[in-house]
Amino acid sequence: MNRILVLGGGVGGTLTANLLARKLGRQLKAGTAAITVVDTTGEHVYQPGFMYIAMGGERAANLHRPERGLLDKRVNLVVGTVTGIDEKTRVVELADGSALRYDQLVLATGSRIVPESIEHFATEAYHFYSAEAAGDLRAALDRFKGGRIVVGIAGMPYKCPPAPLEVSFLIESELRDRGLRDKTTIDFCSPIGRAFTIESVSEMATPILAEKGIELHTFFNVEAIDPERKVVLSLEGEELPYDLLILVPPHKGQQFLMDSGLAPAPGGWLPTDRETLRVGGRPDVYALGDATDLPLSKAGSTAHFEAPVVTEQIAAAVLGREPAGKHAEYHGKVMCFFEIGDGKGTLLQFDYTHPPKPPRPNRLWHLGKIVFNKTYWHTVPKGRI
Amino acid sequence: MLDTTTPPTGAATPRTIDARGSYCPGPLMELIRAIRESQVGDTLAVLSSDNGSRSDIPKWVEKAGHRLIGVTARDGYDEIVVEKLR
Repeated sequence: MNRILVLGGGVGGTLTANLLARKLGRQLKAGTAAITVVDTTGEHVYQPGFMYIAMGGERAANLHRPERGLLDKRVNLVVGTVTGIDEKTRVVELADGSALRYDQLVLATGSRIVPESIEHFATEAYHFYSAEAAGDLRAALDRFKGGRIVVGIAGMPYKCPPAPLEVSFLIESELRDRGLRDKTTIDFCSPIGRAFTIESVSEMATPILAEKGIELHTFFNVEAIDPERKVVLSLEGEELPYDLLILVPPHKGQQFLMDSGLAPAPGGWLPTDRETLRVGGRPDVYALGDATDLPLSKAGSTAHFEAPVVTEQIAAAVLGREPAGKHAEYHGKVMCFFEIGDGKGTLLQFDYTHPPKPPRPNRLWHLGKIVFNKTYWHTVPKGRI
Repeated sequence: MLDTTTPPTGAATPRTIDARGSYCPGPLMELIRAIRESQVGDTLAVLSSDNGSRSDIPKWVEKAGHRLIGVTARDGYDEIVVEKLR
């Protein structure tokens, strides 16, 4: 019996489980293999939609569906919280005291936000990394009548790297439509020496920031928030006053991965082979999506393109052959849409050796993102694209 | 993968941040994390195989008000030594 255990029912975990069910159909039928997904809530959440709650037009209710309905019928689903992994006995422990054995383990455990690691974040800063927080930001924008908006990043790495730039562009566009733009300043703070980590994207985004009158502050690593003076302070010694503060919260990997010795503290990102996606040289443990330490976007798209590789690696092990075909190894493929505002967008497509060459922003790529968001449930988790 | 080692208290050797194999902005972010954990006067040596670190880290050091002690090319990587000044 080959017991394949997938921890996490997000994009990466769900797609990997469904692709494995297809590749190992004969073994599943014969009872020589079993696939089980463990998910904390049993609800699959489409996180890229959170930004659209904040920017209007999207409702939280549209962004989650039961995981069971997205999984192949041959895949088992366990709803529970993982508390530990014992590698010696190949057992995953759950909070309810139960234990699940594995022969092949897939860690699709995502990332978590830790806004509490910055004092006054909860009371002073808005963000869009949960449905609730995005709704709060929407309400704050609705109340906003002009003033100083600061958009910043309070820790790297974080989910969906283009998102803070997109939010800046979309807010600028919205405020122009509402007649508030000339009463508002917008500051965009980047932790590094340019607007975006990837140089070609930075070269595209920097002139757009200038055109829109959004001031770029580089090397601004958020250190503290002073609620009395309403300023955000950087490690580099700068401070910016705000009336509306929007910060990407710090992110971490899952605590149980650090506690189990699979991921180093304090970040908790899994040391992952960039081609095989094996964790720390282990022959039977794989990681994908946000949970890895790979130098790639933490985004559903990354998990989407990693899942076929993890599937092929595991299927090959179960079938007693070498990984083969175009998904034998991962080459760093990522593809995502990038909103510019005013109904325009562009596309970022890249891999380990080919940086993105974003096309000139137009309406097509914006519409592409909207269509992708709406059709996600029928395409990505089921492996149709 | 990143590895950091801390010399015994009072040792003259800098704390080493081995960020080889990490890509921009990984080495800079590792230095920033280490600076946050350090005391004024501490020296830190970042080992980076990413070419971008040669320019990114000195620019950040200047902006943040620390001191760049030196950038040395080693076998397949750079060693960038920084003193925390504030």
